[in-house]
Amino acid sequence: MGKDKLVIEKPLYDRLPIAKPMVGVAGKTGLWRVEKPVVNNSKCTRCFLCEIYCPVNVIRVEPETGVEIDYDYCKGCGICADVCPVNAIEMKPE
Amino acid sequence: MSRPKPPLPYNMREVLQPGDAACPGCPIPMAWKVLSAVFGEKMILVIPACCSSVVVGPYPGNALKASIIHVAFASAAAVASGVAEALKRRGINDVQVIAWAGDGGTADIGMASLSGAAERNHDFIYIMYDNEAYMNTGIQRSGATPYGAWTTTTPIIGKTEHKKDVARIMIAHNVPYVATASVGYPHDLYAKLQRAKKIRGFKFIHLHAPCPVGWRFDPRYTVRIAKLAVETGLWILYEYYDGKIHLSGASRPYIDPARRKPIEEYLKYQGRFRNITPEKIEEIKRYVEMNWNWIKKHM
Repeated sequence: MGKDKLVIEKPLYDRLPIAKPMVGVAGKTGLWRVEKPVVNNSKCTRCFLCEIYCPVNVIRVEPETGVEIDYDYCKGCGICADVCPVNAIEMKPE
Repeated sequence: MSRPKPPLPYNMREVLQPGDAACPGCPIPMAWKVLSAVFGEKMILVIPACCSSVVVGPYPGNALKASIIHVAFASAAAVASGVAEALKRRGINDVQVIAWAGDGGTADIGMASLSGAAERNHDFIYIMYDNEAYMNTGIQRSGATPYGAWTTTTPIIGKTEHKKDVARIMIAHNVPYVATASVGYPHDLYAKLQRAKKIRGFKFIHLHAPCPVGWRFDPRYTVRIAKLAVETGLWILYEYYDGKIHLSGASRPYIDPARRKPIEEYLKYQGRFRNITPEKIEEIKRYVEMNWNWIKKHM
């Protein structure tokens, strides 16, 4: 009977400590923010630069609706406001 | 009305998960987005001890939807060679192995295993993201720190030696593909990764990545400083294949010294160059000119 207990049922990768992809590994990183990016969608030309450069991957540019930012995870670094060629993004104190 | 199209494919959105552990304004996740635009989830990152092993996050989670292997400091290239060979043996051709190491793990500590992997010509991409010091452990000087820069181990007068040019060392290894890139030019990096994807053999990309914490600037200027490094001619974007250097489009105008911006403009944004003297700026200018002469000679 003692031998039966040693039989491995789960596959190997289930028993090893392997990290799985998840949103918010470091918690809600929006809490780190000091300044908040505010978008003026009427100025936006949909050039996608803010989406390409955003280091946290929270900016989505949709051709119809404009720029959307997920404020739960935005760290407020201000790169989007700096790269915007028409100054449609403004950094405002939280 | 015609719909504007994104200049990079939409799958750039999918691999990097929001909420990673990077500092605000960190260039590493920016470069990962470009990587995922090229390879999607079909990549295996080999990460030695560096900022990136912190950025992907603590244990139960992982900020990237790709396979990651965390390895010891000196062994990134050695482990990547092994993984690449194992994939080849099993007949898996659509997965790209990428060794993703910092400048300390490449220019100083990982140099021996990198040189060995290049000599054996294993089929993987080695990306050195160069933030010019050991940022993760507290801004110590590395071989890739530029002349005159402040670090915690070169405190008052700054570093007195020039930057180690790893891309040039790799060209001397006669590998099929060597390139320099910058996080300020994601389309250029995208094009270089697309070319590297098609080449079998050892590929090396030297990626310039300004670090807001270690270089002492406001996080919002990461992209601006990366672009200034190219516009002042300090950082030259080129590719090496078929035995020749091909200057990239972004760097092409700056072959003419008159069109380059003054180097002071790049230095003034960074707190690490606060105590630099005019003589040291002259020395940096001389070094930049020397680099350009080398490029012109091998074009």
